[in-house]
Formats: sequence, structure tokens, C-alpha cells
Amino acid sequence: MAKTESSFKNMVLVLLGITLIASFSLGAVYNLTKEPIAKAQQAKKEAAIKQVVPDFEQLEAVSVVPDGGGDPLVINKALKGGEVVGYAVETYTDKGFSGRIQLMVGFAPDGTIFNTAVLKHAETPGLGDKMDAAKSAFPEQFKNQNPESFVLKVKKDGGNVDAITAATISSRAFCDGVQRAYDVVKKEGGSK
Amino acid sequence: MENFTKGFIKNNPVFALLLGMCPTLGVTTSAINGLGMGLATTFVLVAANVVISLIKNIIPDKVRIPAFIVVIASFVTIVDLVMAGFAPALHEQLGLFIPLIVVNCIVLGRAEAFASKNGVFSSLIDGLGMGFGFAFALTLLGGIREILGSGAFFGFKFIPGDGILVFVLAPGAFIALGYLIALINRLRKA
Repeated sequence: MAKTESSFKNMVLVLLGITLIASFSLGAVYNLTKEPIAKAQQAKKEAAIKQVVPDFEQLEAVSVVPDGGGDPLVINKALKGGEVVGYAVETYTDKGFSGRIQLMVGFAPDGTIFNTAVLKHAETPGLGDKMDAAKSAFPEQFKNQNPESFVLKVKKDGGNVDAITAATISSRAFCDGVQRAYDVVKKEGGSK
Repeated sequence: MENFTKGFIKNNPVFALLLGMCPTLGVTTSAINGLGMGLATTFVLVAANVVISLIKNIIPDKVRIPAFIVVIASFVTIVDLVMAGFAPALHEQLGLFIPLIVVNCIVLGRAEAFASKNGVFSSLIDGLGMGFGFAFALTLLGGIREILGSGAFFGFKFIPGDGILVFVLAPGAFIALGYLIALINRLRKA
């Protein structure tokens, strides 16, 4: 086959043809993968919720805007037999060392922290990433503490939290995220 | 056969041509990340090479670069979507770097230098060779950084504790790559 000449008509037609085929195939792949992607994200979220609240049968999501303004937080009420057994709050903080940190914090109905999980972060590997339960025991100290009496600040700032060595900023950010979650749960009438 | 083997040592994209440095330095914090990135790039390279050598004659010369880029970008998006759907854990690790395959000079470089001048079969082999060379280099670099930085290999931890932290961070990527290239240059001269 001879090489197509670089005339204006040829260039327009060929590029149009290629982009059309490309967009059709992308549309087809998008449709094929839409469901698995949504499922994977849902599964990830549910796995995180399961980690931070006691056994539940049903979830009920409410979106709440925190008092200080900013992006809304999602509270997942974990229900079992019609009763609330815990709140899993998708919270965040912008005080991290590099970018936004997304956390999932679970509270018992009385406001006690049940467990925490890090959903997404970009902290320094080996330092700030120790906030992840898989990497160090840092998140352990939050378990079964009620922020009413447990001050969510690192000890340097007069709180009760042992900061991660050499990662005070990440530790502060973690506390900030948990505090934000606690505030919205309280606002929603969680800690009675 | 020579089309296949040249990608490993003589024309290895990372060690000899120094192409695709951004993903090379960015994702190789562990061997598995390097391998995943390498295989994703291999798929894009092979698919783009084949398609481009098939349609090389109908593409007018003056618009060949935009045409190549559209083909490459489509395959990268396909990889991105498929990975997000079926390998979400890997996708999370590599996330940011997958779209960057589009601007990876190796892919466009092979399309321009090889696929647009050769037949379908040799383009396929060329893509495979270059892709595996790239994957090999990334896995090697990732493995070295993982061993030194986290005391583990492919996630299997054999040294307790933290390891030499700097190798997990960005400067460690440059240090490890520099020594690897020096070593490979020495081997090639010998």
C-alpha cells in the first residue's frame, strides 16, 4: 500500500478516523470496567468500616459539614437490629506533611474511639507513614479512648498523644483528623 | 531475534538509552511496583507498536506524531481502567504513574523509530524486547531499593527493622540507579 499523501483532506480524515476509533474503544472498555471499579472501591470502603466499628448488619450514611466549614464528612452509622452500634466517620486533615490525609475513625455510641484506619496518605515513607497500623503501634493508643477526657494533641502541645518519633507534623495531622471526626459525631448527637 | 535481545543490555531503555526516567525513579520503591509498572508499560509498548505498524501507511507524515499519541494514550487509558477494576491494590500503588506512560519517551520513541518503519511482526518483537528490558530494569532497581531500604524482597521481609531509609526515598532512587548504570557500563566494556 502506498503511503498516504500529506494533503489537508487526508490529514483531517485520518486523524478523525483514528480519534473516532480510539474514543469508541475507550467507551467500550469504560463500560466493561465501570462495575468492577465501583465494586473494588465499595469493597475497600466497607473493609475499612468493618475495621473501625463493631459487628453490624446495615450501614446508613449521612453527610455532615463540620463547624469550621470545609468539605463535608460522611458518617456511616453502623446498625445492628435497628440499634446504632457505632459510627464510622470518613474524615480528613490538610495539616499533613504532604497533602491531604484521609482517615476512617470508628466511634462507639458513647463517643469512645473504637478503632482508626488510614485510607490515603502521602507522608514520608519510614517516618510519617507509621501512622498506618500496619507499620507501627502509633494508632493503638487511640483505641478505647474518649476524646472527652483524652486530649487529641501530641504531648509537646499539651495533649495525651505520644507522637511518632521524627514525625510530629504527621502525628498532629492524625490528631486533627480524629478530632474533626469526633466533632461531627458529637454534632450529630452521637456521644450522649 | 536480535530485535528482541537488544532491549535487554545493548539498548536497554533505562540503562543504556536513559529513557523513561520519571517512572523509573518514581515507582521503584519495591520490586513488585517496578515489575507492575514494567509490565503495564510492556503492554502499552507492544499494543502501540503493533497498531502503529499496521496503520503506518495510511497516516500522512505530517500528522504522524499526533496520530501516534492518540493510539498510545488510548492504550494507556485502557490499562489504567482495567487495572483499577481488576487489580485495585496495585493500581493504588502505581496510580499516579500509569497516566504518565503516555509521555514515556520509550513508547513514542519506539513508535517513531521502529514501528513506523517496520512490519507488524518485527514491531511486536521489538515492543516485547523493549518492554521486558524496561520491566527487567525497573524490577532490578526496585529490588535493590527494597532490599536496602526495607530489608525485604517482593514483600518478603528477611531483615527486621527499618533498613536504610534513604533508599526508599527519592534520593535513594538516584543513588541506586547511578551505581547500576556504572556497573552495567563496566560490564558492557568488558
